[in-house]
Amino acid sequence: MPEPVQQTIRLSIGSRYENIELVQAVLDETLESLPIDEETGYWMGIALREALTNAIKHGNGLDPEKKVDVCLAVDESGVDITVEDQGSGFDPGAVADPLAPDNLLKTEGRGIFYMRRFMDKIDYDFGADGGTKVRLHKKFGAPGSSAETDQGGANED
Amino acid sequence: MKIEKRQRDGATILDLQGRITIGEGDVALREAVHAAVGEGATSILLNMGRVRAIDSSGVGELVAAYTTVTNRGGKLRLFSLPSRVLGVLQITQLVTVLDILEDEDEAVASLA
Repeated sequence: MPEPVQQTIRLSIGSRYENIELVQAVLDETLESLPIDEETGYWMGIALREALTNAIKHGNGLDPEKKVDVCLAVDESGVDITVEDQGSGFDPGAVADPLAPDNLLKTEGRGIFYMRRFMDKIDYDFGADGGTKVRLHKKFGAPGSSAETDQGGANED
Repeated sequence: MKIEKRQRDGATILDLQGRITIGEGDVALREAVHAAVGEGATSILLNMGRVRAIDSSGVGELVAAYTTVTNRGGKLRLFSLPSRVLGVLQITQLVTVLDILEDEDEAVASLA
């Protein structure tokens, strides 16, 4: 496969869940020409959806007037996805561990866990005037992302 | 997401088709389970065989469905999970608390 073409795609969406589909479609289209297998691309999509959900729901409080800015950047090393909301920020260190026995049956709190699992790296940046920017990175040639577990996990059919 | 309801051997089976994701399938699943419980169902089986994707909101709805049914003394089972759906539940260790069966026959038999 030829070297990936460097490109940067920027989107700005209103805080509505249906707009997640639009961003997912752009990611899918972008990944088609990149050296990323279908399985890894699928899990990147789930990670992106989690970031968008957090921005729309927790960051912007479902206020459709507040925007979520998305940037998909491809270079020779991999894909960077940034998702930025207009909320008041949060403390990533204060997020509860979804694997703690007391949290297993909670109905929320797994999104960041999934993002960390399915991407090679994630980090946060908080603007001085508010807003949370999460950056998701996937390297080309890295071991494929999946939801497989150390115990054998699930293999795709 | 499309959900169809049927009965078998006293169990209410919900056949799920599509994605259980935020703002779409998660709401549909919640409404379908609450409707079944409201109609008196105590044994509910979720056929996951045609679920294409699930996100953390969908996982949260599965957990909510499980607690809604079991807190009322009922039983909720999942069967025919595609590998990607099963994987998502495995990495968050929900396979240790949810009742997951291989297929419909096994799920129905587990209610006996």
